[in-house]
Amino acid sequence: MSDSSSSAELKGDQDAPDVLGPKAESVDGYVGKPMRRKEDAALLMGAGRYADDMARPVGTLHAAIVRSPVAHALIKKIDTAKALELPGVHLVLTGADIKEKSDPFLTVLKKPRIQQWSLAVDRVRYCGEAVALVVADDRYVAEDGADLVEVEYDQLPVVTDPLEAVKPEAPVLHPEAETNEVSVREFTYGDPDAAFAKAEHSVSIDVEYPRSTFTPMECFVVVADYNRGDESFDVLANFQGPYSVHPVMAKSLRVPGSKLRLRVPADSGGSFGIKLSIFPYIVLMALASRECGRPVSWVEDRLEHLQSANSGPNRLTKLEAALEADGRVTALRFENLEDYGAYLRAPMPGPLYRMHGATTGAYDIRNLAITNRVVLTNRMPAALVRGFGGPQLYLALERLMQRIAVELDLDPVDVIRKNLIPAGAFPYRTAAGALYDSGDYQRAIEEALADGRLEDLRKRRDAARSEGRIYGIGFAAVVEPGMSNMGYLSTIVPKDVRERQGPKNGAVSMVNVNVDAVGTVSVTADVTVQGQGHATVLSQIVADQLGLHPDAINVNLELDTQKDPWSIAAGTYSCRFSPGTAVAAHLGAQKIRGKIGRLAARLLNTLPDDIDFGDGRVFSKTNPDNGMPFERVAGTVHWSPVLVPEEDTPSLSETGVWSPQELEPPNSKDEINTSLTYGFVFDVCGIEIDPITMQVRVDRYISMHDAGTILNPLLADGQLHGAFVQGLASALYEEIVYDKTGALQTGTFAEYLVPTACEVPEIEFMHIETPSPFTPLGAKGLAEGNCMSTPVCIANAVADALAVKDVPLPITPEWLNATLAGEEPAPPEHLAEPTRPEETEELVSGSGITGDGSVLVKADPAAIWRTLLDPQSLGKIIPGCHSVEAVTPEHFRAEVSLGVGPIKGRFTADVKLSDLDPERSARLSGTLSGPLGKADGSGRVSLAPEDGGTRISYTYGVEIGGKVASVGGRMIKRAAQMVIGQFFERLSRIAAGDTPAAAENGGETKAKSEAEGAGGFRAFLQRLFGVSK
Amino acid sequence: MKPAPFTYMRPDSLEEAIAAVGEYGADARVLAGGQSLMAMLNLRLVEPSVVVDISRMPELDTLKVRNGKIEIGASVTQSEFLEWPALEEQAPFIAKALPWVGHFQTRNRGTVCGSLAHADPSSELPLALALLEGEVELRSASGTRVLKAQEFQAGMLQTARADDEIITAVRFPACAGARGTAFREVARRHGDFAIVAVGVIAKENGALRIGIGGIADTPHCIEIEAAVTPKEITDRIENLVWQLGGFDDIHASARFRRDLVRRLAPALIEEVRACAA
Repeated sequence: MSDSSSSAELKGDQDAPDVLGPKAESVDGYVGKPMRRKEDAALLMGAGRYADDMARPVGTLHAAIVRSPVAHALIKKIDTAKALELPGVHLVLTGADIKEKSDPFLTVLKKPRIQQWSLAVDRVRYCGEAVALVVADDRYVAEDGADLVEVEYDQLPVVTDPLEAVKPEAPVLHPEAETNEVSVREFTYGDPDAAFAKAEHSVSIDVEYPRSTFTPMECFVVVADYNRGDESFDVLANFQGPYSVHPVMAKSLRVPGSKLRLRVPADSGGSFGIKLSIFPYIVLMALASRECGRPVSWVEDRLEHLQSANSGPNRLTKLEAALEADGRVTALRFENLEDYGAYLRAPMPGPLYRMHGATTGAYDIRNLAITNRVVLTNRMPAALVRGFGGPQLYLALERLMQRIAVELDLDPVDVIRKNLIPAGAFPYRTAAGALYDSGDYQRAIEEALADGRLEDLRKRRDAARSEGRIYGIGFAAVVEPGMSNMGYLSTIVPKDVRERQGPKNGAVSMVNVNVDAVGTVSVTADVTVQGQGHATVLSQIVADQLGLHPDAINVNLELDTQKDPWSIAAGTYSCRFSPGTAVAAHLGAQKIRGKIGRLAARLLNTLPDDIDFGDGRVFSKTNPDNGMPFERVAGTVHWSPVLVPEEDTPSLSETGVWSPQELEPPNSKDEINTSLTYGFVFDVCGIEIDPITMQVRVDRYISMHDAGTILNPLLADGQLHGAFVQGLASALYEEIVYDKTGALQTGTFAEYLVPTACEVPEIEFMHIETPSPFTPLGAKGLAEGNCMSTPVCIANAVADALAVKDVPLPITPEWLNATLAGEEPAPPEHLAEPTRPEETEELVSGSGITGDGSVLVKADPAAIWRTLLDPQSLGKIIPGCHSVEAVTPEHFRAEVSLGVGPIKGRFTADVKLSDLDPERSARLSGTLSGPLGKADGSGRVSLAPEDGGTRISYTYGVEIGGKVASVGGRMIKRAAQMVIGQFFERLSRIAAGDTPAAAENGGETKAKSEAEGAGGFRAFLQRLFGVSK
Repeated sequence: MKPAPFTYMRPDSLEEAIAAVGEYGADARVLAGGQSLMAMLNLRLVEPSVVVDISRMPELDTLKVRNGKIEIGASVTQSEFLEWPALEEQAPFIAKALPWVGHFQTRNRGTVCGSLAHADPSSELPLALALLEGEVELRSASGTRVLKAQEFQAGMLQTARADDEIITAVRFPACAGARGTAFREVARRHGDFAIVAVGVIAKENGALRIGIGGIADTPHCIEIEAAVTPKEITDRIENLVWQLGGFDDIHASARFRRDLVRRLAPALIEEVRACAA
């Protein structure tokens, strides 16, 4: 042994220090072992370090956001005066401020230009869009201030249906774009026209993938601190990447990237793609901090999250297959129309292109035609959601395979088998350019169905059907991409534009491995953590290279753009960890291993090739007794650079950089290798439909995965479980619902149905491993597969159970009931449902609350007419009216308090009378607006003499939007009917000369409305007028 | 999601609480378990100027059988009631329905009387109150009122509680349904608000009492005498579903609600008859 006095001096006399932790268990290493997550203890004890747990800088202010209650409108005026007068409010920002102080976000499409800032500028385009920011001493005061910001909207026609949005007469969201259909691209690979011309059969299917999102437990958090000294922004946020969005934020803030320091905390409470969409808020809070000279903190609440955080795009696909007689597919023709909501934010429209190379899925199909259309509608902007284009693609492709089996009377598994890419064909170049790295799809399917599994499902189905129960079996075969090619989005522009812009490709991963003077190892990496277990796997990988135990590897996954190595590909998304960051860790650790090995060879008087690592030691392979502790070699580098071989730099901080060559830019034929690795998933399931509740019960579910080499089987299965539950959610539960006016209907978890443990069935996971030849570790991504396979597998099973072609997702009890229950028996005559007067149909366009009624009043039509046109009388008629003013003789404005039960809100009512036919009829129309939301309504009042008095008849239609529509769910319609009924009741009373207090017994009024239960309205009136007191 | 400013009061005695509610009337809300009120406060759907917390008042923490009635004080949580050793024997129907109230986490806070006060048309406890013909005790400075279920349940989110009153207790007849009970509800997920909930009990006189929740503004009950034929039962249920009508929301149409009653009611009647026989 050579001189090691310097490190001995540092450490004292320690022959076998155990600072390195337990000994290595085997020379095979830790990668591939089912190691528990080192993260678990902290997370389970509540000791995680989430963004909102971090201490705020001294003097931090808190922000609340004013959001649009309407889906499409011009912003006429924003009055911030009252909010600014509130003690504790420091700042109110509006779109006008933002437009002046920042630039619109960079977008993928340069033409047409879709401009967006961090607050709505001049116009709102979806319900929940951020309109103003209030910054105050605390969040309570900020919300009080937000309630005081008065926004006047000039409403515009709304379009929420993608098919309507592409019509020439549709309202255009972005006038500068002149159309809602902002991108149309056609792609042809092989000769699909010839294949279709020759085909013996063709089978087609139309599917619609709905809007949904996967909600993280922790919502968005931003703490922005402007540093006046160097005019830079320091932002802590639970951002998830990709960091290609960092330049988007910096450009918007008009600063160099280096002046936007973005720090991501060690823990994030789930993301699933969603936390990319925090980026507009990072810009907003950064601007606010600069404006008020104080740090600004904002924590998104659940209502904001469900209104406007993020959504997957909804996609309409028409897919057609050209077929040979035996079910062999010779060509596919896709027509995709994907709805991205109100804005096309970077990196959208990713979901439409992320799978592009893999459009033919697991099948060997050489002729392919694709039309991709991108449309904008008045819904929240779409962005990243786990699965990212895969669920949409496979819903079409795998439903089609099931239909081929049905229409050609073939076995569905045989149709899949017949079309699979042959096992010996890998690496396999698909028609659209993906280079599938490895696989054996046939073996995966055979193993999944073997050992009686398929027979068991068939037995269950036969048994169920023989008893008259409703049972079906579904299959799905899916290719799951991992680690996206950063150039895939450039496929959206034609090749001449691409050539002008220069090639885009690749995906760079970086990991830093550092060893300190006592030989302890710390690792940082270009990922953001959301609970996956990255630290555990990175420590396994590094431990294997350095002969240490994973417990000895400290992994810090906070990410700081000013201090850590990162590329535009950094972040956690699209399954880039296993094929990407894990490899960079392997490479970084190898560099350390090389350097330490070379120094050790010198210290041990042997050759570098003879050096090995293990059990915390570095030693000679040929003479293992000739060795020294790892820490001693490490200490030598720090303390004795003079001993470090000339070819090495005297440091133990190495960055592993991984940039796979296979990720080339799209070529002139629009062929693109969209991802680095391609795993395989094959699912089979049996489902039964409960004939009473109409719920789908998953009876048995088997999911076979080939994700190459598994780095940690325990963590892999954790990812599979999570993806399965979210796939189940897409199949049966979750949907973001808007009505036709663009009002969001799913603003709480009572309406947006995230399945809980009670809803999740047992699932059987299986694995085979065909290692990827393109990554040094052989590992592929695996965390999104079931998000892609499970929705369509369950849909196929339901299609099999019901023998139907169209199965809309999510598969709801309501739909199943409508499908299975047949015609409803007619009601008994005396209880027939009220028929809705024709006129009310035209009064409503959306969720549509309509009603009608009539009252007989002991007054002549002239008296009633006067009442209707008199502000004083109107003040008494309008329920909860505080004041009323006449703007013109036929236009009134009132301040009112309205509600049901304990729920009361203050509103401004703006009511107009029109179509005046004196003493006979009038049309009332108007709006209510206030912090609780808004309502637009119109109605017609008709007067007719009857029995010496007057019969007042009325019909009305109302649309409700804003907060109350989003959270009121089950009750809002009936609540609105009650309030409207009150108006007409009171009108009739006042006209008859009564005061409300004098009309306790309800007189001879009769009010009815579509959805009113027996006595509900009467009871409400009784309470209102104090009968029960 | 922070409430508008309000004054929080936690009186030490019921008397003080009643005085507070009497003073502030409609501007005050009573807080017991807070499982509905806190969410409404945070969403600013309600903005009372005063919140009177009665959750820690010993006088309201009663759970006992007296004069043939089970009395549950206003601060008794749903969990405490569910864990009451005599529940199965004294209130067999509630023993079946109570596990369906929210989730165990919400039951740990949510109170029995609070659920009745909130009067959600889909809730299980209001259905139990109507089905079992329970009564609600209300106190104000001017005295005590006892209202029967149908007097108390005024509509969607509405009860006959006056603004100066506090609900102090609910009473259910002891052993109601001892001859047979059945309960079932349908929701999209476990613990969700019921799309439709149906309860059936066999009465002492042999009649069946059927309660339906989730389809109208308040729970609705009918009785079917022992002699009624199956055909008549079908007709009565058909009449009932059309009378109640149902309503649409994003989870279920009025039609689906009617269909659920059509399927659940006969099945539950059968279950109770088999049990009573």
